[in-house]
Amino acid sequence: MTKVCVLTGYGINADRELAVAFADAGAVVECVHLQRILDSPARLEEYRIIAFPGGFSFGDHLGSGLALAGIVRSHLLDAVHGFVACGGLVLGICNGFQVLVKSGLLPGGDEGAAPSASLVYNASGHFIDRWVSLRTGPAAAFSPWLAGIETLILPIRHGEGRFVHASEEVRRATVSRTAFLYDADNPNGSEDDIAGVVDPTGRILGLMPHPEAAVRPHLFPQWQRRRPTEPLPARRLFANGVNAGR
Amino acid sequence: MRIECAVRPGIPDGRSAAVTRELRKLEPSVRVVVVDVYLIDGRFDAARAADLLGDSVANDVVVDGRVRDRAHSEWTHAVEITVKPGVTDPVAQTVDSVLAPIADFVPIRAQTARQIVFHAPTLSTSKISALSKELYNPLIQHATLIERIQGDVNSRGAGSSGGDRRSTAPNADAPPAGFPDEYPRAGSPEIPVVESFALESMDDDALETLNRERLLALNAAELAAIRDYYARTEVRAEREKRGLTGATDVELEMFAQTWSEHCKHKIFAASIDVDGRVTVDSLFAESIAAVTRELSAGRDDLLSVFDDNSGVVRFDDEYAVCFKAETHNSPSALDPYGGAITGIVGVNRDILGTGRGARPIFNTNVLCFADPDCPQRAVPGTLLPPERVLDGVHAGIVDGGNQSGIPVVAGAFLFDDSYLGKPLVFCGTGGIVPNEVAGAPGWEKRALPGDAAVMVGGRIGKDGIHGATFSSLALDESSPTSAVQIGDPITQKKMTEFLLEARDAGLIRSLTDNGAGGLSSSLGEMARESGGVEVDLDRCPLKYDGLAAWEIWVSESQERMSAAVAPEHLERFLELAGEHDVEATAIGRFTGSGAVELVHRGRTVCYVDLEMLHGGLPRMRLRASWIAPEARGPRPAEHPAVRRGDDRASPPAGEHTAGRASRGSPQPRTGDDVSGGTGRTAAGRAPADAGHSPAARRYADTPHTPADRLLALLRDPNIASKEALVRRYDHEVQAGTAGKPFVGRAADGPSDGGIVTPRPDSPRALTVTHGVCPRYGDWDTYRMAVCAIDEAYRAHIALGGNPARAWALDNFCWPDPVESERTPDGAYKLAQLVRACRGLADACLSYDLPLISGKDSMKNDARIGERTISVRPTLLISLMGIVDDIERSLSSDFRAAGDAIYLVGQTRGELGGTAFDRLFGPLWEPSPLPDLAVTRRCYEALAGGIERGLLASAHDLSDGGLAVALAEAALGGRLGCSVSLDAIALEPVLDTPAVDGARGERNPRFTAGLRTESAGAGAAGGAGKPTSRHTEGTGNAAQDITITDTILFCESAGRILVSVAPEHVNSFEAQMHGLPCVRLGSVDAASSLEIDHEGSVIVSSDLEPVVDAWHSFDRRFENGGIG
Repeated sequence: MTKVCVLTGYGINADRELAVAFADAGAVVECVHLQRILDSPARLEEYRIIAFPGGFSFGDHLGSGLALAGIVRSHLLDAVHGFVACGGLVLGICNGFQVLVKSGLLPGGDEGAAPSASLVYNASGHFIDRWVSLRTGPAAAFSPWLAGIETLILPIRHGEGRFVHASEEVRRATVSRTAFLYDADNPNGSEDDIAGVVDPTGRILGLMPHPEAAVRPHLFPQWQRRRPTEPLPARRLFANGVNAGR
Repeated sequence: MRIECAVRPGIPDGRSAAVTRELRKLEPSVRVVVVDVYLIDGRFDAARAADLLGDSVANDVVVDGRVRDRAHSEWTHAVEITVKPGVTDPVAQTVDSVLAPIADFVPIRAQTARQIVFHAPTLSTSKISALSKELYNPLIQHATLIERIQGDVNSRGAGSSGGDRRSTAPNADAPPAGFPDEYPRAGSPEIPVVESFALESMDDDALETLNRERLLALNAAELAAIRDYYARTEVRAEREKRGLTGATDVELEMFAQTWSEHCKHKIFAASIDVDGRVTVDSLFAESIAAVTRELSAGRDDLLSVFDDNSGVVRFDDEYAVCFKAETHNSPSALDPYGGAITGIVGVNRDILGTGRGARPIFNTNVLCFADPDCPQRAVPGTLLPPERVLDGVHAGIVDGGNQSGIPVVAGAFLFDDSYLGKPLVFCGTGGIVPNEVAGAPGWEKRALPGDAAVMVGGRIGKDGIHGATFSSLALDESSPTSAVQIGDPITQKKMTEFLLEARDAGLIRSLTDNGAGGLSSSLGEMARESGGVEVDLDRCPLKYDGLAAWEIWVSESQERMSAAVAPEHLERFLELAGEHDVEATAIGRFTGSGAVELVHRGRTVCYVDLEMLHGGLPRMRLRASWIAPEARGPRPAEHPAVRRGDDRASPPAGEHTAGRASRGSPQPRTGDDVSGGTGRTAAGRAPADAGHSPAARRYADTPHTPADRLLALLRDPNIASKEALVRRYDHEVQAGTAGKPFVGRAADGPSDGGIVTPRPDSPRALTVTHGVCPRYGDWDTYRMAVCAIDEAYRAHIALGGNPARAWALDNFCWPDPVESERTPDGAYKLAQLVRACRGLADACLSYDLPLISGKDSMKNDARIGERTISVRPTLLISLMGIVDDIERSLSSDFRAAGDAIYLVGQTRGELGGTAFDRLFGPLWEPSPLPDLAVTRRCYEALAGGIERGLLASAHDLSDGGLAVALAEAALGGRLGCSVSLDAIALEPVLDTPAVDGARGERNPRFTAGLRTESAGAGAAGGAGKPTSRHTEGTGNAAQDITITDTILFCESAGRILVSVAPEHVNSFEAQMHGLPCVRLGSVDAASSLEIDHEGSVIVSSDLEPVVDAWHSFDRRFENGGIG
């Protein structure tokens, strides 16, 4: 049985539906307040997957995900790297993705290296909620999260989802780690249409769109006219993680 | 330490681009960069602090220097904006917690600011100063402007109050001159003494002076009742035992808050003499509670109604759901952003404070503004221009909902000139609560004597003092800015998760929110459960020192709840709070003493009988006087200030005051009133010459063909898509939103409401819909109320709702309906309220629709100098209902070519108060009124058809009538349609029924005339010439309105447009047999809208211009391509 830790607290707000999505995929899910992990990072060893949900950690007051990224960077970086080295998986969605990028875990590279990318204000300058078409990128070749997924549509709900690289060098390195790309319509101005990336192992996945909000047909925007084909790719994503975590 | 943070050059900066875009609307040459500023008190490792506060990839961070020299090296001016002392700064709180670990947990007391750095070499400093006023609100923020002059920096307050000073910056790396390292802070080491007043020796004048000086907002009878209470021998004896003599300021403030209109709904509880014929005992009891009581017989779904912070109803065997809507009008008028965000998080707390705690699952908002194109010069006095109000309120709703993780699933924007004085900001929230929590129904609560009184969440400051009493007064230039607060959704989110965990652990006996009136209201209410409360004010956590005892007790500082916790659970409760990083403090205990007793600095400062506090309020006695529409004549002209293209600041005074000078019975007025000084008799409004409403003028050039009128209606901000605004709300967090705000093939068609599936594993869903039609009240508020109920209920039906499982909230926002020198037409406005309540009751009874909660806001007037701007009486109905199976729910868009299109319901041809009237009128005729019995049968039959899966789509007809509904369904599906109006027979316009002895209005000439013409048109049978109808009594004979116009654009209530797949046509027609349901035509693959009537093509238009018109309002919010 794959045990999943969904982090909560400090303004994280999409934790409950993420827990449901993992539970639907057959996992045993615990929602754990971040403070309890900070009190004892070794607790992570109980789990096979750690999930950083969407929301507004610390209100995104210093920039999206930045305050929580600072905490992860100062207190959890070693624990997370150790966790992945032992075969664990990490998922960050929306605010969780921002946290993983701004703490340096994504697109990653040398352990403990400084952050090499960021997610900044959308080109429009404001928050947007709409559904977008995505396709998987080169990382699908090796990331356990992405097996068998080619295209999908998911909602984006963010004001700061524009992926930028720190340098051209990082940009080149990120190509192979690209997990999801905006297909045809780039909603926020992300460089290279990037919607999600993995680390070099493929076990840490982060993405701006919300797969946990696309696990039931009636959550799709036009489901009454055109029912989405099942099995839903977003369900596949969670099932992939749960299977890989076994 | 000053830390400045900006986006690094080369990294795209969407936020700066967005601000630049806004400013370029006023000054095309300007370009700005936004800088975040953190001011920190204390010693740190500067590099570590900078690392934690800035993004190492995307930001430049400068400690004790000027980041603008890097971010915008050619800068010419900089404006730094910070909050005024005492105003909540959630960002600063985050800085405190982020830096705490590197500060050895010594309090940091961070301050934050935002710097707008300009490159504008051609603009004068005074021009920059004027521009900067677009960027902040001087009520709650302070701005400093710096000008770069070759090494010299000239600094001055950008606001009106700042004094000039000069300082020098010798080189760019030196500390920035001009901007301070610390801004003034709130608080004072001195604690104000408790004042005491010998009320018994005061005469009425002295009491009134005290009332006014302390902003108590009590009336003479209430003041006298309080004086009498303190004169009672036994009261004096009990008080003397506790060292109390006169009434303390703490006590007076508590009376004022508890007895405010806001808290006690005095007008709804008043005894009202209606035209000397009937006495209403209490509008609430007679028209609202009685209706729900009558409807509750034979149903078991009403679990807790009118008792708690929201109404609770059964959802399924495991869960109950609850719903509540509030308004936050006055604060939103002063600070639109803060007012709106506080409105949202406030109503979220109503849900959290329902029973022992419910979880918020959706938000709604209905926002009413003046025309956003109202020229700034036309906005009177100190009011904010409507566009600023719209932008600010919208931003507040965005942040409040999104950061709380609660989806906005339904709502509306209304634009009406009468909201220029006060915007109406309706915020609603739905919640869910388990049927059983720790062995008892989740919606039950009861504090017991001995329980600890615990304050949870934020701390207390001076923000939000007098909110309850302030909202019970008209807005005027002396309105207190301390009534404005900034909500902090994150503090509240943490508190919410803590309280719900505590609830499930059985640690909470009772729970309520701190809203209006603060602790005085929350603990004062909870004390009724146990029979008393005592509180030590010294134990209340404060944001800063220097608060008076009364301020601690009535402050409305946000994000606070009050809980009753059994002594044996207190330790665990407080410990759990700590685990969630939430502050919780036991500040007293519940008792059975029968009194509210407060201690401050070791002395009793308040001792008041609960019975007096909650039962001693004298009943108001009011007079209502109805004037039938025929006697009123045509409605007053529009607010003159909002005329588009009219750049006069305001029309000549004569235009305001002209009209029949009537003595005695004052004439009713809506919109902009002129109070006319003191001791005046009220001037009636201009009657027949009101032929140039702004809307009519706006479209004066429009050829009056039905097709052009349709496009004009679709472009009208009330009808047009607001997608650009609504998509900035998260409408689907929590992953339950099955009916989205936009539907159809391009996901841009309008939905009739939201659909939420609160339980992921259950097909049962909730509809969330609204009904609001203030203009229908110009003719008669009875009709307005019936139509508001019908609109919300028919949307519920159109979405696939169960007709027997729906519940409604009533929110009244009225202009002051109490007759007085300042409100000479109060008796008429009160009669409007009485008639609205009667309409509400009749409609709810007809539809078996119980009201489960509600709220009223009765002072929606703004007094600016001699002018009074009053809102149109506005009743918002918010409805929540059940969809038994989400698979059977419907949306509004046409599905497939070949589907048959039907119109269900009776068309009566009412144009009064409609969108057509607003744009192409004014007309003076009855507003819509459906036959409730027939309509109910239609709805039940339709619901049966939906349950059988016979319908492909359903769209309710509202603003703009059939024409707009057809266009919306077509554009949603990106499918055309060809329809004929020939099958639609005009039914007679219904008279308003007699209400409280006053006969309903009759317009025999009007209704008979219409009927005859209708019959005539029918008899002519395809003569090809639609019959003209002359509008009566408007004095605007130029306008011919044809029968075709009437059928296309009338807003007769009770109608739904449906489409049916060919294979279900027979079953559907059988299902609707005997009911008003006519086939209009079919959905076409060709994307054009074709409407025929009596042999003539009335509308023939491609969808493209229809879609273009529909999105015209969105375009003003789209970005201009910068960045």
